[in-house]
Amino acid sequence: MKVLVAVKRVIDYNVKVRVKSDCSDVDLANTKMALNPFCEIAVEEAIRLKEKGVATEVVVVSIGDKACQEQIRTALALGADRGIQVETDQAVDSLSVAKLLKAVVAEEQPQLVILGKQSIDSDNNQTGQMLAALTAMPQATFASELTVADGKATVTREVDGGLQTLELTLPAVVTTDLRLNEPRYASLPNIMKAKRKPLDVKTPDALGVALKNNVKTLKVEPPAERQGGIVVASVDELVEKLKNEAKVIG
Amino acid sequence: MTIERESMEFDVVIVGAGPAGLSTACRLAQLAQENDTELMICVVEKGSEVGAHILSGAVMEPRAMNELFPNWKELGAPLNTPVTEDQIFLLKDEHKGRQIPNALVPKTMHNEGNYIVSLGNVCRWLAEQAEQLGVEIFPGFAASEVLYHEDGSVKGIATGDMGISEAGEQKDSYMPGMELHAKYTIFSEGCRGHLGKELMQRFDLQSDADAQHYGIGIKELWDIPAEKSEPGLVLHGAGWPMSNDTTGGFFLYHTENNQAVVGLIIDLNYSNPHLSPFDEFQRLKHHPVLKQHLEGGKRVSYGARAITKGGFNALPKMTFPGGLVLGCNAGTLNFAKIKGTHTAMKSGMVAAESIFQALSSAEQQSGNQELTTFADNFKNSWLYDELYRSRNFGPAMHKFGAIMGGAFNFVDQNIFNGKLPLTLRDNSEDHAQLKLASEAPVIDYPKPDGVLSFDKLSSVFLSNTNHEEDQLCHLKLTDAQIPLGQNLTRFAEPAQRYCPAGVYEVVEDEEGAQRFQINSQNCLHCKTCDIKDPAQNITWVVPEGAGGPNYPNM
Repeated sequence: MKVLVAVKRVIDYNVKVRVKSDCSDVDLANTKMALNPFCEIAVEEAIRLKEKGVATEVVVVSIGDKACQEQIRTALALGADRGIQVETDQAVDSLSVAKLLKAVVAEEQPQLVILGKQSIDSDNNQTGQMLAALTAMPQATFASELTVADGKATVTREVDGGLQTLELTLPAVVTTDLRLNEPRYASLPNIMKAKRKPLDVKTPDALGVALKNNVKTLKVEPPAERQGGIVVASVDELVEKLKNEAKVIG
Repeated sequence: MTIERESMEFDVVIVGAGPAGLSTACRLAQLAQENDTELMICVVEKGSEVGAHILSGAVMEPRAMNELFPNWKELGAPLNTPVTEDQIFLLKDEHKGRQIPNALVPKTMHNEGNYIVSLGNVCRWLAEQAEQLGVEIFPGFAASEVLYHEDGSVKGIATGDMGISEAGEQKDSYMPGMELHAKYTIFSEGCRGHLGKELMQRFDLQSDADAQHYGIGIKELWDIPAEKSEPGLVLHGAGWPMSNDTTGGFFLYHTENNQAVVGLIIDLNYSNPHLSPFDEFQRLKHHPVLKQHLEGGKRVSYGARAITKGGFNALPKMTFPGGLVLGCNAGTLNFAKIKGTHTAMKSGMVAAESIFQALSSAEQQSGNQELTTFADNFKNSWLYDELYRSRNFGPAMHKFGAIMGGAFNFVDQNIFNGKLPLTLRDNSEDHAQLKLASEAPVIDYPKPDGVLSFDKLSSVFLSNTNHEEDQLCHLKLTDAQIPLGQNLTRFAEPAQRYCPAGVYEVVEDEEGAQRFQINSQNCLHCKTCDIKDPAQNITWVVPEGAGGPNYPNM
């Protein structure tokens, strides 16, 4: 069984995000980039399926300029078998990503596509769902447990009220939540091996996808700076302030 | 406990992807290419990426770069901002400061022909060149241990185990470290590298050198209003807010993209245990000379790093069987120029040439011997000459103070070209200089205003530092009683103040009992605690790889 994993290059989660002075976007100049943590969990899950003998090949795909090859290599170092970069300098929205992935799915014919539930930069939580719709594959989002057997995937999902377990007929789309697994560290020999693993570069044109931006970013603003707190003298004063100043109680 | 670890064999293993280590790697790979041989060269770097732990001013002299990559401009090296103007100030008090006429400035401090750079970005670029030359670079892997052959020569290093809990147990993510064996191992960890420190002791490398001296540099990166930006403008200065017995100096450079960097270096031989380098720096920025450049701007990043500044007299022997210690790890910084990048790079290039020579000779190609040729090659290089000429600069400042020392340095550097036939020595250890807290004035630092000056925690936040929470503490106390015992009673535990990241705290519980708390997650890997603790009780060891700051273009 072939597993396709989509990964995204995003701002590193350790880095404090800054907004450009003209509020047009997040400032990415000189900031450290990394593999989106949810994507890393998706890669880990695919590798575990391979280690269990369920999957035979793990293919990693990313969309972006040449720099995203770094994240593909990271995934290869964790244990994926080969990579595909869909090369574009354009910013692509969720629908464009889903369309590109649909084209890759058509070429690769994976039995299972695993994606992170969302990327930590735009937090859209859309691509997996869109891809499922476009390819008419069944989907299970927010997976916290995944088993694959007999042409079916059993997925435990984290929902508001607790856990929901679904059974999907393969091929299917699964998106990962934080508790699905704890990704491994890449070892030195595997990082060296990853440099020699195959990495194909494709263009949106070659995949037959015309990129179109359906979403336009109008403005990006930093959160309001936190105002210093005060110490109140009595409970009465607190209640009074909550009522009349903060207006959070009636 | 013996651990089963995998091992890998290389010709040369380099610890630390800074200017020294990467220049060694690049030069070695170039020599191999020119001579049609293959060398397996590997660089391990504890930062999450190359440059993540690099912090420097920096005004860079391009001499070594010109030699290493004569076509660096074509290759796109990020030396984008030539210095256009040098201004030097002596700050008298919080309002007044005097610009020193250029003619009176020691000529080592003139910067024509130099570039304002982000050393982090320069290292990122050097790493790209090295990788293209076939060097393997592994960021996120910390060299935690020196490995020795039975005959005592250095065999290589081991990377640290990953996934060990605070209690010392293996977690699910456990991955044992790896042994990296090499014919020659280069230690270029930067100032006070913890493996370098071990090697200095083991091979007694400092026996013929004076005591080493250090400084702590604290730096911030600012976005400034476009109308204030004057790329290429360089400010240096000394004086206020430090008292006369504390030496150091500030820098403020206007760099590209409407950014400026500002920083303060304080010599770690300061004597007042109440001194806080962090707070000195914060109040310094309110001085009109600096404030006018920063006002209306916004702070982007913060960080700190110790520097090795003992210079020529304190330079240890740099070779031992099986390896070398280079760059700031040895102490090649030229303090008269306040520059260490070109000298660190050159030390790496000289080392590379010596190693290549050795590996090409029949009797030494198995490695693991002492590179005796290095000493001669070093002596014949401009690096030796440069460091020799500057040998009196630091000691003069320590001995005669900023003014008279400065006058001495002017005569020594401008009239005698550094060749005055005398050598000043300063053999006192930095950590032994603290006066008792009761005998030193308490310094009343102003509260930060949140505009120009900030508190420690909001500063550390901007360093993007992070360490996996559940791991062994990487700041080791030899004697756990010392902080609350002698350090607190005698020196009011200075770690609370010299640490620029708020790692060390003396906290009181509800019953009033005191406890020494180590917030190792905040650590910026500056090594000041390892240097300045009066009891030499703190040993800095590497945490899990990829931990520590994530500096941008610092």
